[in-house]
Amino acid sequence: MTAATTTFRWRESSILPGFGLAFGIAVTALSLIVLIPLAALFLKAASAGPADIWAVATSPRTLAALKLSFTAALVAALVNAVFGLILAWVLVRYEFPGRRLIDAAVDLPFALPTAVAGISLAAIYAPNGWVGSLLAPLAFKLTIPFTDLSFGFDGKVAYTPLGVMVALIFIGLPFVVRTVQPVLEELQSDVEEAAALLGASRVRTIFRVILPPVLPALMTGFVLAFARAVGEYGSVIFIAGNVPMISEIAPLLIVIRLEQFDYAGAAVVATMMLLISFALILAGNLIQARARRRFGDV
Amino acid sequence: MTRPVYSRLLRAGLVLGAFTLCFGVVAGARAQTELLNVSYDPTRELYREINAAFIAEWNAKNPDKKISTIRQSHGGSGAQARTVIDGLNADVVTLALAGDIDAVAERSKKLPLDWQKRLPHNSSPYTSTIVFLVRKGNPKAIKDWGDLVKPGVQIITPNPKTSGGARWNYLAAWAYAEKAFNKDEAKVRDYIGKLLANVPVLDTGARGATTTFTQRGIGDVFLSWENEAFLALKEFGADKFDIVVPSLSILAEPPVALVDANVDAKKTREQAQAYLDFLYTPKGQAIIARNFYRPRNPEAADSKDVANFPKVELVTIDDVFGGWKKAQPTHFGDGGTFDQLYKPAR
Amino acid sequence: MSDATLSSAAATAPARSPSRARGESPVVQFVLIAVSLAFLLLFLLLPLVTVFIEAAAKGWEAYRAAITEPDALAAIRLTLLVAAIAVPFNIVVGIAAAWAVAKFEFPGKNLLISLIDLPFSVSPVISGLVFVLLFGAQGYLGPWLQANDLKIVFALPGLILATVFVTFPFVARELIPHMQSLGSSDEEAALTLGASPWRVFFSVTLPNVKWSLFYGVLLCNARAMGEFGAVAVVSGKIRGLTNTMPLHIEILYNEYMGAAAFAVASLLAGLALVTLVLKTLLEWHYGDVIAASRRH
Repeated sequence: MTAATTTFRWRESSILPGFGLAFGIAVTALSLIVLIPLAALFLKAASAGPADIWAVATSPRTLAALKLSFTAALVAALVNAVFGLILAWVLVRYEFPGRRLIDAAVDLPFALPTAVAGISLAAIYAPNGWVGSLLAPLAFKLTIPFTDLSFGFDGKVAYTPLGVMVALIFIGLPFVVRTVQPVLEELQSDVEEAAALLGASRVRTIFRVILPPVLPALMTGFVLAFARAVGEYGSVIFIAGNVPMISEIAPLLIVIRLEQFDYAGAAVVATMMLLISFALILAGNLIQARARRRFGDV
Repeated sequence: MTRPVYSRLLRAGLVLGAFTLCFGVVAGARAQTELLNVSYDPTRELYREINAAFIAEWNAKNPDKKISTIRQSHGGSGAQARTVIDGLNADVVTLALAGDIDAVAERSKKLPLDWQKRLPHNSSPYTSTIVFLVRKGNPKAIKDWGDLVKPGVQIITPNPKTSGGARWNYLAAWAYAEKAFNKDEAKVRDYIGKLLANVPVLDTGARGATTTFTQRGIGDVFLSWENEAFLALKEFGADKFDIVVPSLSILAEPPVALVDANVDAKKTREQAQAYLDFLYTPKGQAIIARNFYRPRNPEAADSKDVANFPKVELVTIDDVFGGWKKAQPTHFGDGGTFDQLYKPAR
Repeated sequence: MSDATLSSAAATAPARSPSRARGESPVVQFVLIAVSLAFLLLFLLLPLVTVFIEAAAKGWEAYRAAITEPDALAAIRLTLLVAAIAVPFNIVVGIAAAWAVAKFEFPGKNLLISLIDLPFSVSPVISGLVFVLLFGAQGYLGPWLQANDLKIVFALPGLILATVFVTFPFVARELIPHMQSLGSSDEEAALTLGASPWRVFFSVTLPNVKWSLFYGVLLCNARAMGEFGAVAVVSGKIRGLTNTMPLHIEILYNEYMGAAAFAVASLLAGLALVTLVLKTLLEWHYGDVIAASRRH
């Protein structure tokens, strides 16, 4: 690894052939498919001029949409982190009928097209849907202090920010389960047993012995679920209600700006989304790196 | 070391991929006269019928210049205009309002700015209007625009930023308010603000809004194209919904236009022109009326279909708002009245 | 995560038995299992079941008619064609990227890995938007394309580009960690014995990573066939011409043909199930290798 820094060489000598070809293909494809198009996006956003960029970026509607996209993705990723961890735990540690079936089903959101998921989620969680009709009588009013996002539940899921979260939970779940599962599988049970023998309670063992090494993987899963959820479009628009300022997600706002022939505005919102998610992913990776240093790479 | 089976499989896969690619290119290059009609959301059923009738008539008359297919693309009117501006090869555009075709003309320069003068009746072969669709028995007693701002009434309308129909909705409400409040601008704005505050779901297109109201059971009243309202009755049964006709509504003129640069490049001008002209013929007008659009020439249509249309006082966009060129930026542009008045309740 | 990961995964795999579950009381176990099942049922299985129930709502005849109607067939063909081009492309690029990253050291390697992962965190809508900005008639290359009578957006190339963009990381993501964990000693031995480079690749490297490659291809293919947001922006939605299956589903849904929409959706859901079954079979037989390769 350090060869590159001491004496600069393009690559460490290896007797394996094909570096030029493989590297060339990868970089060319990456540039053509990903980098140049994204550069066009930044160029377009920049073409709007500082005043217009500022106007679009700070308009209440843009801010509300970004806030919804990021908070809903955050909440969904948190829900997924909690339930994904439980699910992974159950799948790894317990033996029960249908375990392998459940294990396979976890990957469903990877395979099911998002539009299909959106349509069926909307059908299920609408007020006249299977689950929606059950939830309607459960309405309650509970405003969490110090947040302006109202979490009072009025019995509706579809066509509210809750609907957005449901869709995002759906698409994000496998990321958490699939990153945590292998780590749980590798945990050596002798450490746990030692902890138990030394008199640690089960709860203490879980929090002091089991969770710490799982944490980096959980963070990775969380960040992946979050990154995927922030940009999600297909499954969300069917269930969101799309009311500006309330249930309008940022990707939809991009589409709407585009439909108003406002290419630069669309590019500005898109660029903001990209920059914020990169910053968050970077932050997540840093936290994760610190966690890894602290608990060791497991 | 035997070469594993799947490396052969991989090669077979690559060959197959290359083959399908070639096949796709060849299939794409087949020379046939096809027309592409880029239209807005609610006209799906209308143009399915029009296309079949027109192709039959044209091919019978012109066996040497047969049309094989008329392709359709549907979506929110603004979105559809955008795809044409971005290069979708439409032969004709049939959108919800003149403003969207104006945008195509201005930005793509593929048709002249005065396109609306080229066909009769402002290039609109039919008109429509905005009515209310309510749940059976009209439980919230919604009779007119004034009832929409009552507390507790939930209104479904698409987003005027993306849906042509929603822009007509908005302007119809505005026209009513101007009349009701005697052009007192403050009161008009107050009324529109209250109306918008009663909207719980804002779909991007007319069709999405119809689905929300009819299939998802959201809202008490749906501000709808007249044809969408009739279609909903037909699709879901007249025992589920009622149509309420307000005291005043707007004369919606969804226009059609030839995209000159595209038809010249594709050498389809003759067919495309005939296609648009067909909409004005008695046969076309009869199909239009059967699909719940108001024909320009009611005599051509089945009198039973024409009898469906309720009498209602209609104002025009030119009279009240000075045309789309003025109404569009004032009301729906960035920072227009919609942006100012839309303050959803939290 | 290196060879140690692999061996420890192999070592602990047999330990996946009830005896390890001595930690929690049966009540806690039961509650946790119940919570997991309820969560899965509510968020994953119900949507899937709904698709099939709604698809069957109008009977077999209506179902058959919905999926054999010309526009539906055209959408199916187009979806298969797009996947048939996008997936092999990503296989080649993914293998090349993995070879460069896993077998060699070079400056900027981590940057390359991050960039390959980039499309994954880009909203599908943005993935479509960038190609419109680049190739649309009003875009940077639009006038040139028009002058040369080339069509990219609202035609097959645009659909393929958007799909390739969205599925770009899938194959590489699976291959890179696996190839890294395997090291280069096998290849070096084969080369020393006089095998030609291609022979080494096809006879040594590919067999070693075949299952993670297959796994990546499955996920890549599922996403390629199911992509909606990116494709919606570049398609133009011309029925029978540029409508892929997910777009066709949306159109049917919007035409009050719910049963038909869910019928076509059930094909994609069926594809999803086949993908899952294949993947599960794969894991049952080669679980350790795949579990190791999944850690990244």
